[in-house]
Amino acid sequence: MLETKKYYFPFILLGILTTIAFFSNISLGSVAIPITETVGALFGNHISKESWQYIIVDYRLPKAITACITGGGLAVAGLLMQTLFRNPLAGPFVLGITSGASLGVALLILGAGVFGGIIGGLMLHPLSITLAAALGSLLVMIFVLSFSIKIKDTLAILIIGLMFGMLSSAVVSILAYFSNAQQLQQFIFWSYGSLGTVTWSGILILGSCFLVGIFLSLFIVKDLNALLLGANYAKSMGVGIKKTTTIIIVATCILAGGITAFVGPIAFVGIAVPHIARQFFKTTNHLILIPATLLLGSIMMLFCDSIAQLPFLESTLPINAITSLIGAPIVIGLLVQKRRLFF
Amino acid sequence: MNHVKTQHTTLEANDLSIGFFAKKKQIPLVENINFNIKSGELIGIIGANGVGKSTLIRTLARMQPKIAGEIYIENQQIDSFSEIIFATKMSVVLTEKPASKNLSVYELVALGRYPYTNSIGHLTKHDLEIIQQALTETETNNLQNKKCYQLSDGQLQRVLIARALAQDTPLILLDEPTTFLDLYHRGFILKLLKKLTQESNKTIILTTHEIDLAIDTCDKLLVITPSKTYYNTPNILINEGVFDLLFPKEIVSFNTETRTFKLKK
Repeated sequence: MLETKKYYFPFILLGILTTIAFFSNISLGSVAIPITETVGALFGNHISKESWQYIIVDYRLPKAITACITGGGLAVAGLLMQTLFRNPLAGPFVLGITSGASLGVALLILGAGVFGGIIGGLMLHPLSITLAAALGSLLVMIFVLSFSIKIKDTLAILIIGLMFGMLSSAVVSILAYFSNAQQLQQFIFWSYGSLGTVTWSGILILGSCFLVGIFLSLFIVKDLNALLLGANYAKSMGVGIKKTTTIIIVATCILAGGITAFVGPIAFVGIAVPHIARQFFKTTNHLILIPATLLLGSIMMLFCDSIAQLPFLESTLPINAITSLIGAPIVIGLLVQKRRLFF
Repeated sequence: MNHVKTQHTTLEANDLSIGFFAKKKQIPLVENINFNIKSGELIGIIGANGVGKSTLIRTLARMQPKIAGEIYIENQQIDSFSEIIFATKMSVVLTEKPASKNLSVYELVALGRYPYTNSIGHLTKHDLEIIQQALTETETNNLQNKKCYQLSDGQLQRVLIARALAQDTPLILLDEPTTFLDLYHRGFILKLLKKLTQESNKTIILTTHEIDLAIDTCDKLLVITPSKTYYNTPNILINEGVFDLLFPKEIVSFNTETRTFKLKK
């Protein structure tokens, strides 16, 4: 039963946690800015050091917003995939989107050597990496979508997505084999993921993808709930299975594809957060789970990023590794405690 | 319920052929099925394994296309209904278990209200009443906070029937609702279905291998054999000797006196 009041408290709690995570994420970093100054700067007050103002507005604020979009968007995409495939192991990238993106970037970075010279130099512009990732994932999306329209069995779509992943990683391996150390390093750096490279104009595009994806998911919230009974039951209750499946896949592609294009591959958040949300809210209703995964995903990403930038130290750790380092123990802990992890 | 209810045709099949499609070729499984089912009737579909019982259920529920003939619900062709309107005419209980084991019984039963709720699935007071009634009728009230993975097969079957009741349709189709259940639960489910047809004037159609129980409880039976289908009351079917045609005589035979099957020694 949807007793809305029952969920007020956990949502208020999550809201407060998100706010705390957001502000502490901005105030922490190689230059620690006092939290009061941070909050002040964000609300337009004068800040005591001009460099802090610059750091906050041009670097840390867009990074924190990107973290929220990334964590929240991937978590919702993961939830959609788990419901569509009725599989607790599904995540935003089972459709092969990351693989497509990495293939695009690999072709660009590792292929740059082949073209060499000026063209090669142009190709390594940061925006072209975003573009290559977007094109790569778009290509895979079009393939998976066209297959999913033909094939009724969702498990077959899952396997096709996996096969695409293997295909593209094979191509990436071959490309890597023929490239030099510098190119390899650049590709590996991309695969670490990075929240800090997204500019304000990038956030505008990324944010639009995010809003469209979330809006589409909320649009089919009732069908998602019906799908929990399985496709046949859902159909018998009046769900248009084909339409719903297509909307789910499109929403996931827009969310995961957009995010991967801008920040690179981010592991784990998409698989783990929906499980944490289900345990935390004790419901299967997507009307609750979508905002819950959104907030939990944001918190997790902000938290991971705060750790990755190693407060008071100069260097940062790869965000893609931190999400798994933090996330895996949480899921193992949940499993050991509950002994079961149903979706 | 002592007063007589008016009976009208709820489900009708005219020269229906069912089967499956392989490589765009039609492979008929059962042909020339004819029946006219009225409101308030409990109908059993029986036949040997693989003869096409589940295919018939799936065809009637529009989960797979028919090969030839016509199916009517309340005198309207079933293909003429929109998805949502069709869902208000017919609900199903399938052999497959719910995909999410994490659903609570209440959530599962409440999903039956899907065709009636608004775009975010808000349950009105009327919805809540119908859900409550469905839980009461299937005696699943005390289970409502349990999760699916905590239920026994018998409990789950009752819960799935409650969901179909919450969908509030004149027709309910059940595919082998008594399989995997002990004798008590098989009897419980059949008596419950019988009671529902009598009290709420619903038409309930089930496939089953419990032929003895079906003969005792169902108003009419649809007996499917590979060559022909028979549709009539159990008594007439017994007199016509239809049950002897179901299985090879060397192994299983039907005893008209006890109305049961016996294994040949």
